[in-house]
Amino acid sequence: MPKITINNKDIEFKDGMTVLQACELAGVEIPRFCYHERLSIAGNCRMCLVEMEKSAKPIASCAMPATEGMNIKTNTQMVEKARKGVMEFLLTNHPLDCPVCDQGGECDLQDQSLYYGFDKSRFKENKREVKDKHMGSLIKTQMTRCIHCTRCIRFSTEIAGVPELGAIGRGENMEITTYLEHSMESELSANVIDLCPVGALTSKPYAFKARPWELKKTESIDVMDAVASNIRVDSYGWEVKRILPRLNNNINEEWISDKTRYACDGLLKQRLDKPYKRENGKLTECTWDEAIDLISSKIKETNPKTIAGHIGDMASMETINSFKNLLNSIGANNYEFREKPFYINPKNKINYIFNSSINGIEKCDLLLLVGANPRHEATMLNARIRKSFVNKKLPIYSIGDSGNLTYDYKIIGEKTEDIKKLIEGENEISRKILNAKYPIVIIGESALELKSGEFILEGIKDFLFKNNFITEQWNAFNILIQNASTVGAIDLNFLDIDKKNNFNFFDKLNKNQFDLLYLVGSDNLDFVKKNEFIVYQGSHGDRMTQIADVIIPSPAYTEQDGLFINLEGRLQQCIKATYPPGNSLEDWKVFNLLNKRLTNKELFKNFHQLRQETLKQVKNHSDFNLLPKTKIKELQQKSGEFKYPFLGSLRSADQRVSYIDEFITIKEVDYYFSNSIARASKTMSNCRAERSKSFKNKTGS
Amino acid sequence: MTLKKVHDKQPEKFEFTKENLELAKNILEKYPKNQKKSAVMPLLYLAQNQNNNWIPLAALKYIGKFLSMPYINVYEVATFYTMYNLAPVGKYFIQVCTTSPCLLRGANEIVKTCQKKISKNESDISENGLCSWTEVECLGACVNAPIIQVNKDYYEDLDQKSTEKILDGFMNDKPLQFGSFRNRKSTAPEKIKSKLNGAEDA
Amino acid sequence: MLKEEDKIFKNLYNNLGSSLEDSLKRDDWSNTKELISKGREWIINEIKTSELKGRGGAGFPTALKWSFAPKKIGSRPHYLVINADESEPGTCKDRDVIRFEPQKLIEGCLISAFAVNAHTCYIYIRGEFFNEGAKLQEAINEAYEKKFLGKNACGSGWDFDIHIHFGAGAYICGEETALLESLEGNKGQPRSKPPFPALVGLYGCPTIVNNVETIAVVPTILRRGGKWFASIGRPKNTGTKIFCISGNVNSPCNVEEEMGIPLKELIEKHAGGVIGGWKNLQAVIPGGSSMPLLPRETCETIKMDFDYLIAVKSGLGTAGVVVINKDADIIKCMARISRFYKHESCGQCTPCREGSGWMWRILERVVKGDATHKDIDLLSDVTKQIEGHTICAFGEGSAWPVQGLLRHFRKEIEKRCFAEPVIKKKRKIPYLIDQHLLESKNAKNYDKQ
Ligand SMILES: Cc1cc2nc3c(=O)[nH]c(=O)nc-3n(C[C@H](O)[C@H](O)[C@H](O)COP(=O)(O)O)c2cc1C
Ligand code: SF4
Ligand code: FES
Repeated sequence: MPKITINNKDIEFKDGMTVLQACELAGVEIPRFCYHERLSIAGNCRMCLVEMEKSAKPIASCAMPATEGMNIKTNTQMVEKARKGVMEFLLTNHPLDCPVCDQGGECDLQDQSLYYGFDKSRFKENKREVKDKHMGSLIKTQMTRCIHCTRCIRFSTEIAGVPELGAIGRGENMEITTYLEHSMESELSANVIDLCPVGALTSKPYAFKARPWELKKTESIDVMDAVASNIRVDSYGWEVKRILPRLNNNINEEWISDKTRYACDGLLKQRLDKPYKRENGKLTECTWDEAIDLISSKIKETNPKTIAGHIGDMASMETINSFKNLLNSIGANNYEFREKPFYINPKNKINYIFNSSINGIEKCDLLLLVGANPRHEATMLNARIRKSFVNKKLPIYSIGDSGNLTYDYKIIGEKTEDIKKLIEGENEISRKILNAKYPIVIIGESALELKSGEFILEGIKDFLFKNNFITEQWNAFNILIQNASTVGAIDLNFLDIDKKNNFNFFDKLNKNQFDLLYLVGSDNLDFVKKNEFIVYQGSHGDRMTQIADVIIPSPAYTEQDGLFINLEGRLQQCIKATYPPGNSLEDWKVFNLLNKRLTNKELFKNFHQLRQETLKQVKNHSDFNLLPKTKIKELQQKSGEFKYPFLGSLRSADQRVSYIDEFITIKEVDYYFSNSIARASKTMSNCRAERSKSFKNKTGS
Repeated sequence: MTLKKVHDKQPEKFEFTKENLELAKNILEKYPKNQKKSAVMPLLYLAQNQNNNWIPLAALKYIGKFLSMPYINVYEVATFYTMYNLAPVGKYFIQVCTTSPCLLRGANEIVKTCQKKISKNESDISENGLCSWTEVECLGACVNAPIIQVNKDYYEDLDQKSTEKILDGFMNDKPLQFGSFRNRKSTAPEKIKSKLNGAEDA
Repeated sequence: MLKEEDKIFKNLYNNLGSSLEDSLKRDDWSNTKELISKGREWIINEIKTSELKGRGGAGFPTALKWSFAPKKIGSRPHYLVINADESEPGTCKDRDVIRFEPQKLIEGCLISAFAVNAHTCYIYIRGEFFNEGAKLQEAINEAYEKKFLGKNACGSGWDFDIHIHFGAGAYICGEETALLESLEGNKGQPRSKPPFPALVGLYGCPTIVNNVETIAVVPTILRRGGKWFASIGRPKNTGTKIFCISGNVNSPCNVEEEMGIPLKELIEKHAGGVIGGWKNLQAVIPGGSSMPLLPRETCETIKMDFDYLIAVKSGLGTAGVVVINKDADIIKCMARISRFYKHESCGQCTPCREGSGWMWRILERVVKGDATHKDIDLLSDVTKQIEGHTICAFGEGSAWPVQGLLRHFRKEIEKRCFAEPVIKKKRKIPYLIDQHLLESKNAKNYDKQ
């Protein structure tokens, strides 16, 4: 490895590193504003100047490639002077308004001026004043504070893939803005707030809500989608003040989606804080005892065969497991987690997770989407696809029109016929896959919802396996799950399918064969109520409370601990950051209460026991935060997983998987309104309104 | 350079005329096929020429689409370079160089003459709607200082008197022939020693 | 003084006509094919012998620059880019070359492009030179008609195309990487170097950028031999050079002269002397506005070439000589130059963006008598904080003239700095009143204003 000398110390570095990175290896901190390891190098703030032997001028370490034999000094007078000079320039036109700036306490400029700033300003001229720009309902601007580092511009063009930010004008009058001050059309837009080293771009919803040092910080995970981005929940009292990304290179890197970040104001609104029951068609408050009495007596009256349970998109594994235990204990076995009937195969874990892993997207050399819109279904995963697209021009294809995904892709067909040809190895794309080394095929829930859902899943899997693309080294087969609770629920077998029918629950539901329907945080289920008695247990007064007969308040995801498995199969923990409003009870405690009333027995002694029993059921479990272990060979031998003779004449007629010529529509996700928390959020509804307005503008002109 | 303001009255639509569309296509030929963006500057000129010497927002959008370039980048380019006008200017757009070499030879007199003859403030269009003037940086003809550029032409070797004549010409829509106003051949040294007193106001 | 026969640009004043026919009479294109047939190495060697240094301002040895281009064309094409952005105040030589000697430039382009393996050349002309550009286009068209350009250009076996690209009013686009950005359809903001354009330039391809004059002298050098060129001037400062003499002289002009001609001779012989006589001379900017000015004493003896001028802490730059006599207010003149730099800063990097405006504002206050003695040191500090800390050489370009002023005219400045240490007049209340302003007694007045 090549060597570089930094402050008289020799350090080995990797080819392609910059001087700044080499300095970091040497443990030498370099001040910076424009440099960011995930963005392209701009080299414009000039804060990172260091001295290089044989160079009369100091060099910008962030932009200078390290080379063998360089001799770098970072602690000389020249460097000190250069940095002080740059600092003074940055402060000349920067307002002295730290006391009223939201960035205060977490401002790079503030921190670094401590080391390099003068105690007094020598700038006696009028300070520049820049008009604030409108950038939508998430980003508050105070452009006078901008130091023109262009991080925000680089983020929006490079990572978010929406080149909508730019610097107009030139010289000292250069201003950062969006085109004619339209709001940014990206689900990642608010990350520029974290990137902005000063208070020019701050969070609009969080404006003047708190100072960073007064907040309690809890490291948790997000449940808005199945990616399970790592987040930090900042709370004050019981209120979640804001949600920030937490670095996890395997999942979200250091970004989060706008929904993850901003749906949190929905945690304060429309909350269920007491039990209710319906009397004469009207919901009225009641005590816990009354509610539990009512439910248990209803359960007793009802034939267990007509009792059904459904859990929602944000339920933790403990909730699901304890709920399942309750249902089993009363003899009911109609339960389901799906919100719409899409085909699943729970036999093995590889059938319902994203096997290639999110990191794998960076390794892959061909990507095929089948009826999926990752931008709205798994935003952070989509960002990774874009990253790969930008970094190595990853060729991307799609069966079905997914709309604007922030990168270029080729639509190779929009009918199930195209999938059939692919499986039969008859079209162009199958040849392309065969020629690839690390292909990735992503099947979306929209595809599995088709009548040919089973055909698509099993057929593609079969095709990939036959061609050696499902191995322990590389697994090209991926399902794009949308909800945070899904993978955990399948692991816990919280579903009702049999050999003949994948959709028992939905059939019965739609025929109104259930007498008692117990919904746990489930708001997206589509059905027409007739005579069912409906118990709703959840955190928000959302869609289902309108038809519920009893309502039980329970905590939201920031208010109770819980396990979640993300779409790749990573097991992670949601940590309790605050407590719920009013007198909610954690889900498992409610089930305990009910079970005790019904059978005089508790389901679980304590949460610890529940967790241990839940953990036992995690399939292919390796450890927290790791990918599941799957032994493909064993699968093949033991269960005959891949002998799915679905197409040919080998199978008897009743076993054959049905294939129907269909058009593939990719179901539009109502991105900003996809769950009850988001629907309660003012911020999300603003975003939604803004987006539909700009959509109208676009099609209008 | 202060930030350019876009005009408040904007036309709804912009489209290249047939001839300009042809020209635009020829311009694209100059650059590699996958580098269409390179043509943004010449196309902005085309749009400016077509639209009375200023570029409306609709044209920025049009060019953005034409070159498959994000609007914001077209906007950046249009605001970065001084020669793109985002608001109307006079039919005769008079640019007075006031950088030091011209200043030393009396550019201030010329500015004053413009204020007197055309409009008090820079960029304001004269009452008859024909002229507007602005100060610009070095026009690259310092040996012929002071100079003004009107639309595409250089008027060189000026003094107050000749400037007055020139401006009168424009204000009456009868432009004078451009070039040197001391009858000198390009940048050749003059034989006659003229007395200049440009320094006083410098 | 340069002999008439040694002049390269015989038609500098357009006495002989600029059409292709006319240029052929002046030996342009006379044996281009033959020159090219001698091969790349010969060409580069001959230029090396001539010790030609770039005429765009930095004075980088041309042959050395060419030798950085990859020897063979790899997967990416090579480009030659001609810098005709000429915006440095005091400089107007390329304009004459373009309009009166275009064939020299075009022929030079072909030969140089061959030497650096480029099939395509872009000439980046500043947008204001519309008429000049049109003339050049005409000349290019003529050359195409004669088959001097295009496929198998001039029978050399080398395919070669030239395109003109107009700038649009941005001095910074003269900086070579900003120029490339501009050509690519972006804002003209310089790139960080390395990588240098010779390896990663236009569209990421190897690109050689040269000034108009540099390229236009190439054919003559090859024709008459590198040794001939090197015999004019002195070692490392060879050849002829177009000087532009402007400002307070009796007869401002462009003139082609020998490198190393004494400044006094240049002014007295060619430009008709300083207005008011040599005694009335105050200072001279010897190489375009970016170069520090020289006081009269130095001008007395100085010779105009790269090394002489560096020795007196200035530079030849573009050889744009701006003469300032004692009738002019030197501080005002330099403040105007500072304003130029403030106006032209691209805004990309901090020291230049914030510093150039600051320098101008301090100088303006000096002019108005609103500055204090402390401000002089501050001004000096600011120039040093810019110099060497920016992405491109614009930083030096803006700081040096002010440093020159401070070096030679400090007394003059001091005479004007008598104001109280706080600015009295404020046109507008700033965004937030600064702490240091609040300390002053004047602060009270803000409410009223
Ligand atoms: C701020 C700045 C402005 C410049 N302007 C010009 C210019 O107008 N014309 C020019 O030929 N070179 C200009 N240069 C120099 C170019 O960067 C480059 O050195 C030159 O074009 C190289 O050509 P040469 O080697 O033939 O001199 C400028 C440099 C800087 C830093
Ligand atoms: S707004 Fe913030 S992130 Fe963007 S350029 Fe300015 S300081 Fe940098
Ligand atoms: S961090 Fe290197 S220039 Fe900004």
